[in-house]
Parts: sequence; C-alpha cells; structure tokens
Amino acid sequence: MALVKDAISFEGVGQTFLADTGPLTALKGVSLTLDQHEFVAVLGPSGCGKSTLLRLTAGLIAPTQGRVSVFGKPVDGPRDDVGIVFQNATLLPWANVEENVVFPAKHMRGRVDDKDREQARRIIATVGLEGFEKRLPGELSGGMQQRVGIARALFLNPDILLMDEPFSALDALTRDAMGFELLRLWQASPKTVMFITHSIPEAVLLADRVVVMSARPGSVIADLPVPLGRPRDENSLRTPEMQDYMAHLRGLLIHREVA
Amino acid sequence: MSAETTEAARPEPADLPRVSLSERLVRMPVVLPLFTFLAVLVLWEVGTRVFAVPSYILPAPSRIATGFGAVDLPRWIAHIWATLRVALMGYGAAILISLPIAIGLAKSKLLSRALYPLLVVIQSVPVVAVAPIIIVVLGTDDAPRVVITFMISFFPLVVSMTTGLMATPAELIELSRSLRAPQHREITQIRLPYATPYIFSGLKISITLAVIGAVVSEFVAAELGIGYFIQFSTSMFKLPQAWAGLAILVAMSLILFQAVSLIQRLFFPWSLPKAAK
Repeated sequence: MALVKDAISFEGVGQTFLADTGPLTALKGVSLTLDQHEFVAVLGPSGCGKSTLLRLTAGLIAPTQGRVSVFGKPVDGPRDDVGIVFQNATLLPWANVEENVVFPAKHMRGRVDDKDREQARRIIATVGLEGFEKRLPGELSGGMQQRVGIARALFLNPDILLMDEPFSALDALTRDAMGFELLRLWQASPKTVMFITHSIPEAVLLADRVVVMSARPGSVIADLPVPLGRPRDENSLRTPEMQDYMAHLRGLLIHREVA
Repeated sequence: MSAETTEAARPEPADLPRVSLSERLVRMPVVLPLFTFLAVLVLWEVGTRVFAVPSYILPAPSRIATGFGAVDLPRWIAHIWATLRVALMGYGAAILISLPIAIGLAKSKLLSRALYPLLVVIQSVPVVAVAPIIIVVLGTDDAPRVVITFMISFFPLVVSMTTGLMATPAELIELSRSLRAPQHREITQIRLPYATPYIFSGLKISITLAVIGAVVSEFVAAELGIGYFIQFSTSMFKLPQAWAGLAILVAMSLILFQAVSLIQRLFFPWSLPKAAK
C-alpha cells in the first residue's frame, strides 16, 4: 500500500462530557493530522484530554464538535483496525500469555484456529517473550506484562497503534528499555503510532513529531518535529541541541499550566 | 524461589534465627485450632461434671455423643439428606436467579436504580417471620422450604455478583467494544471471569445461609430433617440428641463451605488472593 497522508485527522474537534458536577470540556478546537506510519507523541499535563484523543480515534466515543477521520473516512463507531495499548497492561489474569494475545480473535469470532495461535506465537517472539507462552500474567514482571499488552494490540496487525501512557506504570530502567523495544518493533513493521505521554524525554526519544497540549480544555499549543535522526540510542538526547529542544518543550508545558 | 534457596547457600542450622514456641505454633495452621477445640471439649466435660450441670441445661460432650445413638443410622441419613436437599435446591435456585439479575444490574443503570431498592426491601424482610406465611401459601412439601432457603441465601449472591461484574477494568470493556464483539461475549469472556473472586466470596457466605434457611423452614413445618429433629428432641426434653443434631448441622455447614472453597481452589486458582496460594 502506498503511503497516504492523513492516516488520522482531527478537524476542529471539541469534546464535552456531562459530568455529575456539570458539563466538562475536555477538548476544544483540536486540529491535528498524523501521516501514515508516522510516530507522533502527544505530550500534555494530566487531565488535558490526551486520552480522549485516543478514544475518539478508536471510535469509542464520538466528538461533540468537529470531525475525526481515519484514512479519509469519518470515524462513526468502534473500529477494529486500531490496536490499543493501555496504561496498565490490563491482561486477563486467568489466561496465559498466548491466550491473552489471541484474545482479540477469540473475542471477535468466538473461536481461535491454528493460524491465530501461530500468529500469536510469532508476535510473542517478536516482543521478546518466547518461552513464556504458558505463563499467567501474575507470574510476569510489569515490563513483561506490558509486552503482552503490546503483543495483543499487534495481533490483528492494525495499521494504527494507539498507546495511552503505556510505560508510565513501569520503573525508569524498564521504561527506557521498553521504549527502545517499541522503536525496534515499529521499524521492523511500520505503523502509525499515536503515543500519549507526559514524559518529555520519552516523547522526544520515540517520536517523529511532538504535539504539545494545554491543560483543560485541551487544545494543541505546539506541533514540533523532533530534530533527531534514526536509529536513536541512550546518548541521542545528550547533545546540547536536544537539551535545548527539550527545555523548549518544558517551557511550553510549564508556562501553559501556570497560565 | 524455593529452588533457589535449596540449591544456593542454605544456612547451617546453627545460623538460623531462634524461633520461639509461639512463632512455631503460629506456623501450624491445623494443629493449633484442633488443640483449642479439644481443650474446649475437655473443659466442657470437666465443668459439667464438677458442677453437676443437668443435661437439659448443658449436656457434657460425652452425653451428646450418646445422643447420636438416639436414632439409628438410616434415620440420621434420612434427616441429613432432607436438610441437605432443601439447602442445595434453595442455594441452586439462588445462584440461577441471582446471575441474570446481577448481569442486568451491572449492565443497566436504569435497571439498577429501579430494582436495587426493591432488593434491599426483600432483604430487610425477616425470613423467619415470613416462613409461616410462605408455608401456608405454598403448602407443606419441599416448595416452601426451597423458597425460604432461596430468600435467605439470595441477596449476598446478587450483591457479590453485581460488584464483581462491575469491577472489570474499563479498558477491557473498551477493548471489547473496539473489537465490536457481541454483548454476550463481553459478559462470558470478560466480565464473568473477572467477577469470579467476588462470586466465590458470595457463594461461600450463601452456602452457610442456605443451611440456616433449610433449618428455619423445618422449624415451621416438616416431618423430616435436622431442624425438625432438633425441635422434636427439645420438645421431649431430650437435649443430648438435640445437641447431636446441632453438631451435625455445624459439620454440614463446614463441609459445604469447604466444598465451595475446594471448587475455587481446584478450578479457579488464579482467583484466590495472592497470600492464599
């Protein structure tokens, strides 16, 4: 498939929820485009509606204003061609690694065939969990659990991967390792990635482009390409240029949060 | 973990910290309660003998033991089976009826708002007081006894099942929706398994309540069953055999409770709390 522009596009999207305390505007006038196979990090303070962007893309909620499109078509309901990775791996505690990874097939079609299992084992090996197929989630470390979460999201081979602060529950060392792991997977099998985070180094290390959101109501206050080639490693962020770039992002975040 | 400690540096016995007697007793989960139980029995036996307590007030354990001989074994089995049958039927009915109600309550806010107060009202009705009314309405065969047992064991099941069904992480429900899976699979493949620990805590509470329900119904109207046997024995001032009946009821409750726990341990080991593994 030839690369197309606009894998995901938001046009003047606003989102208002009816909370118990009254209407709550989570997003306001968000316009944003992700090219196919682009890795975009969405950076913002807590409660700025970052996760709402992700749920809108997945069609789990409908925007109250504006339009969300995926591959040029308006999103009008839940779609199964996106893979979602949540903050916590949220695996099924009673199912082993392999059962968790084939779960999308089992849940959609009610049964699992040999081809699904073969595909699951291949993906499990890709995320580095070969030999752990029969383990239960409770027997795995947090990082390994999140690898299973990623494997599950990749199982249906979606073109779009939506990641909602996927590594924020992990310790710092595991978090870095998982970031590089994700880059490796993404380079081996390119996907359009929307990566929600509140960590500046994480966003800069992983993404082609960083979208900075304001506090609630969330809107896009900056959309900056990351001035860093690939492949990247632990030392990529050590240059003065990258330090300045990250300081700039920090300034944008702090300034807006105070104001 | 255990493999590591055995293969790697295993400390010499002399290096081990000294374990006090009370700590060593704490590590004997079966021996210690058994010892307490025996001690109570001995105290009881000695106390009733020393103070010459009449057996219609408190029979000694040895007198209670003779109470088991009041009727022959087939008769005991008939009494036990009558109570057990009603308890299990009422329990089964409570499970079958509470499950769809719990699914409805968990899935629909409307239904939950409409139905929940009514359930609380039903729960607030003292079952012992309604029992005679139910017997009059439904007759004197098994039906009213099963209904009484059902009423007493139903509410904890509905509450635990509903809580469990609603405890599913929102992300998994979103995953289910994003896969556009049919509703019934969201319930059978996600919500119900997630609710298993909650369901079992309800099942454990309800099984002992079911035995109580069966006994209460026998107090009101029955010609067989341990509850009937206890009432009959007390009316004849045969206290030792009433106590024997009581002992059987306690054993029955314990065995049923352990059976439910065993089913959980055997078939749903992942649903046990971490410390219990």
